[in-house]
Amino acid sequence: MAADIKELVHPLVVRVTHWINVVAVLLMIASGWRIYNADPIFDFSFPDELTLGGWLAGALQWHFAAMWLLVLNGLVYVCYGILSGHFRRKLLPISPVAVLRDVRDALRGRLAHDDLSVYNAAQRAAYLALIVALVVMVLSGLAIWKPVQLYWLAMPMGDYEGARLLHFFAMVAVVLIVIVHVIMVMLVPRTFPTMFTGRIRRAS
Amino acid sequence: MSNKMGGSFLAHRTPQVANLERRLFLKRGLSVGALALLAGCELTDAESVQKVLWAMSGWNDRVQDWLFDPSRLAPEFPESRITRPFPFNGYYSESEVRVIDGTDYKLELGGMIRDAKPWRLPELYALPQVSQVTRHICVEGWSAIGKWSGVRFSDFLQRVGADTTAKYVGFQCADDYSTSIDMATALHPQTLLALRFADEILPPKYGFPMKLRMPTKLGFKNPKHIAAIFVTNEYPGGYWEDKGYNWFSGS
Repeated sequence: MAADIKELVHPLVVRVTHWINVVAVLLMIASGWRIYNADPIFDFSFPDELTLGGWLAGALQWHFAAMWLLVLNGLVYVCYGILSGHFRRKLLPISPVAVLRDVRDALRGRLAHDDLSVYNAAQRAAYLALIVALVVMVLSGLAIWKPVQLYWLAMPMGDYEGARLLHFFAMVAVVLIVIVHVIMVMLVPRTFPTMFTGRIRRAS
Repeated sequence: MSNKMGGSFLAHRTPQVANLERRLFLKRGLSVGALALLAGCELTDAESVQKVLWAMSGWNDRVQDWLFDPSRLAPEFPESRITRPFPFNGYYSESEVRVIDGTDYKLELGGMIRDAKPWRLPELYALPQVSQVTRHICVEGWSAIGKWSGVRFSDFLQRVGADTTAKYVGFQCADDYSTSIDMATALHPQTLLALRFADEILPPKYGFPMKLRMPTKLGFKNPKHIAAIFVTNEYPGGYWEDKGYNWFSGS
């Protein structure tokens, strides 16, 4: 009997927080686009069909409810990642040379995904960038929400208006990273079930 | 270590277990997809979701009340930073601005106020006046800097013997607008009963004869054309608040 060993590549905490994060980020972006549409910063609006809330007040209600989901779930993930050594093991070390090499290989369709338990340098960079972008989103969001009470947070971002721009560009970064992430999953589909089961089959 | 143990345990799984796993996986996948879909459309109108969203808004009121530092001042700016022209905003268009006659204007007082006699405009102009150049932040996202002058609201509340242990101060406006604020914000040193804008008597579009100016709250919380002020312990709501905008809306 060919024994195949199932190896745990995504711990339960990572899987659960990942899927909660998917819901939270979708809610935040869809409601955030509606809020943006109430007073577009740039010369465009987001299509209403892609937004959530129906009108500004509804979108704000969604945004300020889902922010708790995003932040509490994010705190669980980050605390777990640091305390358990998950970040250190999976995301580090990361060298710019390796990232450039892996990104180049990926663009040529030559990046190997033999071992799903190890993130390549391009993955490490993308996941770290997403974590940083989401942290910036939360901090700039808090600064927009509370530019007076949290002035110490808003001031280094260029006060209310600066924080508002930062919030927008961090959203752009999150959306771009998510799009690349989803494309990569579609190109390497066997990574998808792993995010539910946490395990890969490995011939022993 | 635990990985290995889990691995060997799973190595012995029966076809039934494998089948179960597959079904579980499908189920989980479906529920995530369903959640994402529902969040986008049908669920939005469901009454239970509306209830949760309103409850979260109430929770956010409490968090903001807790975050509010009564001595924290909003940033003030040099007059060179004033936004010109200062944008008009309201629940009606600029062409529909109410023009109020200042000669028979009376500010009515009500609720938990000891000396609730109405105030005439000249009496209000005669009170000590202070000025501020502060940023007005609209719930829509834009902001603009303006200069307002008037009576410090905490001085006024003390002068008329308002019960400052009450929870709320409510406002009825001559343009059929209404709003209400927490007592802590009412007593904040930058909360003004504004009678002037840019050193001129408040023009109709900015709320003649008076508006409440609070740089610690979003623009829609700053009522214009105030006709009556009342102090109460019963939640008064407001024009936009009753439609779903967050009540505290503090900056």
